[in-house]
Order: sequence, then structure tokens, then C-alpha cells
Amino acid sequence: MTTTIPIGGAATEVTVAQAIEARSPWQLAWRRIRHDRVALISACYIALIALLAIFAPVIAHIVGHGPDTEYLHTGLTPQGLPRPPSGTFVFGTDDLGRDLFVRTIYGARISLLVGAASSLSAVTVGVAIGLLAGYFGGIVDVVLARLVDVVLSLPFLLAAIALEVVVGPSLLVSIFVIAFFSWAAVARIVRGQTLSIRENEFVEAARSLGASDLRIMVIDVLPNLAAPVIVYTTLLVPSAIVFEATLSFLGLGVVPPTPSWGNMLSESLGFYQVAWWFITFPGLALLTTTLAFNLLGDSVRDALDPRGDRLLAAIRKRR
Amino acid sequence: MTAANGADGGRPLLRLTDVVKHFPVRQSLVGRGGASVRAVDGVSLSVSEGETLGIVGETGCGKSTLARCASRLYPLTSGRIEFDGQDITGLSRRQLRAVRRNVQMMFQDPFSSLNPRRRVGSIIADPLVIHATVPRAKLRARVQELMELVGLNPEHYNRFPADFSGGQRQRIGIARALGLQPKLLICDEPVSALDVSIQAQIINLLADLQDELRLTYVFIAHDLSVVEHVSDRVAVMYLGKIVEVAEAERLYAAPRHPYTAALLSAAWIADPDQAAAREQIVLRGEVPSPVDPPSGCRFHTRCPWAQERCAAEEPPLLPAPDAASHLTACHFPLAAGQKAPARSVP
Repeated sequence: MTTTIPIGGAATEVTVAQAIEARSPWQLAWRRIRHDRVALISACYIALIALLAIFAPVIAHIVGHGPDTEYLHTGLTPQGLPRPPSGTFVFGTDDLGRDLFVRTIYGARISLLVGAASSLSAVTVGVAIGLLAGYFGGIVDVVLARLVDVVLSLPFLLAAIALEVVVGPSLLVSIFVIAFFSWAAVARIVRGQTLSIRENEFVEAARSLGASDLRIMVIDVLPNLAAPVIVYTTLLVPSAIVFEATLSFLGLGVVPPTPSWGNMLSESLGFYQVAWWFITFPGLALLTTTLAFNLLGDSVRDALDPRGDRLLAAIRKRR
Repeated sequence: MTAANGADGGRPLLRLTDVVKHFPVRQSLVGRGGASVRAVDGVSLSVSEGETLGIVGETGCGKSTLARCASRLYPLTSGRIEFDGQDITGLSRRQLRAVRRNVQMMFQDPFSSLNPRRRVGSIIADPLVIHATVPRAKLRARVQELMELVGLNPEHYNRFPADFSGGQRQRIGIARALGLQPKLLICDEPVSALDVSIQAQIINLLADLQDELRLTYVFIAHDLSVVEHVSDRVAVMYLGKIVEVAEAERLYAAPRHPYTAALLSAAWIADPDQAAAREQIVLRGEVPSPVDPPSGCRFHTRCPWAQERCAAEEPPLLPAPDAASHLTACHFPLAAGQKAPARSVP
């Protein structure tokens, strides 16, 4: 404090006290993320993909190629093979003469939609189940924890294929299937965390104040779960995207001709020897997007857990 | 904290009758074995309005369980709890809400008793919001008033628990407990996690608040000198039972139960000459398991004066011949100044 501040002035004391604004754990985490270059690059890349996905129709209009339109004359060679990347078709064309660039950005819509929708619903269900099981314990826990065990022990690809075959493939079914096979892992993590949080005296204190179970769960337990849940969600999104691509690749996800990265890869299989671009661009899109989500997830985890390796690395660097 | 009205002065505010709390020991996933931890096994106590009742005993003797039973955080196995003349033993959670306003708890661990993700203002406001006693618009003013009452800077309402020291955190705990203007504050080892100098501050704060707000305390600790300083009356617990209750001065000056005598002789004395002069009663062995407590008097396995009758018959809590308020559960209570027999334990 500088000497210009009059000593003992009541008004000054108040302003000084207000100047020392407490930073919440979230603000601290946010500051750490902002200083993390990998996180920033990943976030920017994801934002770029998201923008391309959102404005895909606009871009398609500017390019002048629809996602499902087959350009039999301009898009195919005289032999009927896909055309390589050029000024007209930036990513080249596929076996039906469709613009791969436009199809790839339309595929991003499917991937991001499925990734976000299925992981959000998986997290919602998982948090609710895990919280109930961990908080109440006893018979509630026994029943819910066994349910989680059952879901986790299902061979998920087999069960997913069976379900899609029975119900018939569609986007909604894919989201449901992915969420159904993802919530159990979230529930297990949340249950474990809740079990340890429940033992804190602040939960007992809330009970002795007369708080209801719901209030304790929402106000006292949930905020302490936020860090692991956020981290797990960011890591769930890429796995959901890959899961959707797998289903589409097997012809069980999004129904052609709607483009998705999975079914584009599947279509390209017969042409990888004559048209490298056909398999490369959707494959790269899938790889880079999931990589970006995974890297961001790692950074978020480090930012929310200040005692983690990140801090150690920073100390080591300073030496 | 010597309130004018001692044990026989005020009317009983809290009365426990034969309170029993057993925790079943889970042995398998499906069934439950017959064994149980007999944490509190038949405790009767009463606390008068305005007094401070200290409860001492070593770790694991059931002090904290008793506190949580008294505040109805745990359901009782059997027994009866009356608060202010009303039987609260069987009240549902909803019915308990009214009682909660008058009975509050203060916890031992200044770190785990405050939610690290919430701002202090919101923690202190918790009881006011839950019971809707203060309109939203006046909430902050009331919180700051409470912070000032317990000696915290009211401008710090926006900070997180991590920004405070252990002593300050206990002050936050006190502010939270006092928000509803309770009659009874049950303090479960409120200072045992603090440095000695901070302990004194918190104890003095509690004493000032008692005078100011006419509070009644149940004060649990394992530090004998803290309890002596704070309490009007002291109850000594051993393995889930009360072995002796008396006015603090009397209990410390002339303990009648061998366990109390042993506890007191183990306490630190600041003066080294005095410490060298006194005789220590060294107890042998470990505290027996509360799953399978000894027969008869629970202390007989470690008592230097134990006789055959002690193993066979459980001693009732009886008044001393010269003071009705000095209760002792012992077949052969000590006379003043009685010394331990040499090597009498087999």
C-alpha cells in the first residue's frame, strides 16, 4: 500500500477491502486456460469447425455446389472416376461426382450435433443417477450401481448394431444409442465423487440447518462435482463423434445420401487407390476434430486441478 | 464461561433419557450380521438453560455420536430426547425444522465444515434462506451483521473459505450457527483443530456470545483444560457410557470415578515442579472394542481398583453422599486423594 492513502480513514479501508476481490475457483481456472496455448488453439479450431458446420448452407451457396447434388459432367472424369482437388472442387469429388468439401462441412454438422447432443444427455443422466446413488446410498445405491455395472458390461458395439438393426438407422437413434452407452461411466465417476463429498462436515452442517436432500444435492454437492463432470464431458464429445462415425461407417448411423464423416469414409473404401483425396479429407476432419476436443479436455482438466502435472511442469520449466 | 445459573439454576433445556445409538456392522452385500458398534449405549443427561455442559472422553468413546444424536442428525436406536419440554425423538424431518432453529451445531473440522465452492456470504446466509427468516433484500445486511458479531470483517462476505485461516473459518461456522438465533449450540470439538493461541480466541468468543445472546452450550472436547475453563458441569464418557457427571470445579478437584482420575492425572500441568510431584495413574492396555464391550463395568478391564463384582455387575450412575449433583457410575468410588494400588492389574 502506498503512503498516500490516509491511515485510519474508514472510507479508504472499505475501498481497499473491496479492491481485493476474491477470485472464484472458476475465475482462476479460466485464467489458467487463457494462458494455455494448446487449449487456445484447440478451442479456436473447434470454433472454426463449428462455424463451418453452422454456416454450411451459406458456404454451399457461395461455392455453388449442393451437398447431395451429383455433378456427372463436371465432377467426374470421362472414365467416370472422382476428380482430384481443383479450383472448382477444393477437396475433389467423390464417386458420384459430389463436392467433397461441401460434404465434409455438412458432415461436421452431423458429427458436432451427435457429439454434443449425445454427450450432454449422457452427462445429464449419468450425473443424476450417480448423485442419487452416492448421496442416498443403501438400497438406492445397490440398485443403481448394479444397473451401471450391467450397462458397462454390455458389449456396446454389438448391442448398438443389434439395436440399430431392429429400430432402423437414423440420426436420433444414433444419438440415443451413444448416450445410452456413455452415461454409465459418468454415473460411476459421479457416484464415487459424491460418496467422498458426502462425508464432508458441510453436508452434515446443511442437514443440521434443516436443508432438504434436494437442496443439499444441488447446492452443496453438485458444485463440487462440476470439475470432474466438465472434464469428462469434454472427453466424452470426441468419443461420441468417433462412435457416430463408426456407426455410420457400418451403415447404421446417418442414412445416405446425408453426408457424415463415417459414411463418407465408408464410401471411399473402394476408391483409395485411385482417389486419395476421397478418404483423406473426411478422415483428416474426423482426426483433427477429435484431437482438438481431447487436447482441450486435457487442458481443462489441468486448469481445474491446479495441483496436477501442469504446475509441476511449470516449476520444472522455471528451473 | 461461568454463567450465574448453574446446574440447578435454570430449567432443563435439553434432556436425554437412555439414549442408545448402535451402528450395524455390515458384513456382506446382502445381509447384515448381528454385530454392531455400540457407539452410545444408554446415556442420560440434562442441560439447563444458560449453562455449559462439557463432555470429555478419549477418541472413539462416542462423544460426537452423542452430539449428533442430541441434534437429531442420527436417528436413535432407542431412548428419548426432549428439547424445551417437547419430545423430539420421533419427529419427522419436516417437523424437525422448527427444532433446528433452536438447536444448532458447530463442527470440528474448519476445512471440511465449509463448502469450498461457495462464497462465505452465501454459506452464512444458508440457514436464513432455508428457513426464510430474512427477506432477500435484507439478507446481505443480516449476513454482515453476523460476520461482525463473530469478529470477521463484514466486507469479506464475497470471499471463499480458502481465503480464511482455521480460526476465521470456525468463526464463519459460528456465524452460520447463530443466524437463526438458536437457544442451544452443540459444539463438537470446536477448537481441537486449532492452534493453542487461536483456541483461546474462539473460546473467548463463545463465552462472550453466551453472555450476549443467552446461549446454552454442549461443549465436546478431549482437551481437559479447555473443558474445565469453559464448562459449568462436565460429563465424562467411556465406551459409550457416562461414567461421571459433576460441577466442573468439583470434578477436577475430587474425581470419584477411577477413569476420571486417570484422565486428570494424564493431563499436562504447566508447572514442572507440580508435574513431577503428582502421581500419574497409568492405564494399561487398549480401549476395548465398542463392538464387544466388557461385561459389568466397562472400565473394569483397565481399572487399577477393579474387583470381581465389577466384571459381573454394571454400576448405576449414583449421586455422591455429599452432593446430589455429582453422579458416578462405580461400585467403589474413590475417596478424595486415594492412590492407585501398586501393580494390581493382572
